[in-house]
Amino acid sequence: MTKIDTSNPEAVLPTPSHTVGPFYGHALPFPGGGDIAPVGHPDTIALRGQVYDGEGNPLPDAFVELWGADPDGHVPQVDGSMRRDTASGGFLGRNGVEFTGWGRIQTDAGGHWSARTLRPGARGQSAPYISVCVFARGLLVHLFTRIYLPGDDAALAADPLLARLNQDRRATLIATDGGNGTYRFDIRLQGEGETVFLEFQ
Amino acid sequence: MTLTQHDIDQEIAAEHAAYEKRVADGAPVEHQPRRDYAPYRSSILRHPKQPPVAIDVSQDPELVELASPAFGERDITEIDNDLTRQHNGEPIGERITVSGRLLDSGGRPIRGQLVEIWQANSAGRYAHQREQHDAPLDPNFTGVGRTLSDDSGFYSFTTVQPGPYPWRQHVNAWRPAHIHFSLFGTAFTQRLVTQMYFPSDPLFPYDPIIQSVTDDAARQRLVATYDHSLSVPEFSMGYHWDIVLDGPHATWIEEGR
Ligand SMILES: [Fe+3]
Repeated sequence: MTKIDTSNPEAVLPTPSHTVGPFYGHALPFPGGGDIAPVGHPDTIALRGQVYDGEGNPLPDAFVELWGADPDGHVPQVDGSMRRDTASGGFLGRNGVEFTGWGRIQTDAGGHWSARTLRPGARGQSAPYISVCVFARGLLVHLFTRIYLPGDDAALAADPLLARLNQDRRATLIATDGGNGTYRFDIRLQGEGETVFLEFQ
Repeated sequence: MTLTQHDIDQEIAAEHAAYEKRVADGAPVEHQPRRDYAPYRSSILRHPKQPPVAIDVSQDPELVELASPAFGERDITEIDNDLTRQHNGEPIGERITVSGRLLDSGGRPIRGQLVEIWQANSAGRYAHQREQHDAPLDPNFTGVGRTLSDDSGFYSFTTVQPGPYPWRQHVNAWRPAHIHFSLFGTAFTQRLVTQMYFPSDPLFPYDPIIQSVTDDAARQRLVATYDHSLSVPEFSMGYHWDIVLDGPHATWIEEGR
């Protein structure tokens, strides 16, 4: 029954998730999906990493979505991430000026993804982080995780999520500093070094 | 050793029986598939073995995940929700109109959010490079659409009925006809990617992907309803499919409005 009677709260039950399958590539990714930072912004950081399965093989058919605050800790409510061209019907790309905070990046044949975004500011009780949602063929329900940036040890120590994790698991959420505003963040879906994934309640 | 449909049928039945027993023993109803569902082989190496770490969003209203990315008129073009008008000619197939509401777990409409779809053509072939199925491509059909939900949460697409397609997980593996959907809510926690099916498809019992939703009622929520009032005279068959996004969201903001 898929006409939902909204006057009956007990009839309003969640639609189940399904895998994205292998054939989203011509539908969901868009040019400049990872170019989230406005052009020339001084607080730009570059993020890159790989997505691996339980045998350590990279996933060529995954994508990640990044969602984060601006350097002041303000969460943007700005559209235009995937601007379209009304003349050609194609993608125009972002305007290079506004910060929407959101991006979508497909892994390449070697399981690599990369993005340029703005260094997030802190919000609430948390150390600054970028929210990540991972999708892949074979993954029946997407996975949430977070990218925390190294450097501010006091802020990381005070973070309510990181404080609950042991040292090994905590390390999976903190990117590695590659210098010059570059960071590496690998995602391991299963097995040794398995990334910490989150469930919001 | 060749993996047969019979092997998969037995695994599906065993998973279903195990779920029924858990519920009979007092376990909660599972509205979502488990990420480790062996009859769908690709899930085996791609599900975490550690339990997820729970975050109680009521402890911190400032969580980034309690906001959602915004989309607007400039992110779509006028014909993005009509997959039959994206090329010079008409795609081959039975035209359909698919419409419904995007709702939160309280039954409230989610307004102005992005709804994306993709699907195979009427012969069961995707316009995707990696697609190997030996069925004809349709030069007049790409099978990709997007729209924004309206003020009542409604979305609507015009497209053609997708065909079922084989997928080689096991001998004679076929996917029931489906349309893939990607959805955003008012919070990033409500993000959903799923698939919509058509009523009474004979392939349902054989497909480990739809059967990964082991709860019978939950699985039914993936199946659209034929709706004659949505059928367009002399043009298309109508299907209604409401979508309810799971996941906590900032209700205190909504209630203040
Ligand atoms: Fe499909």
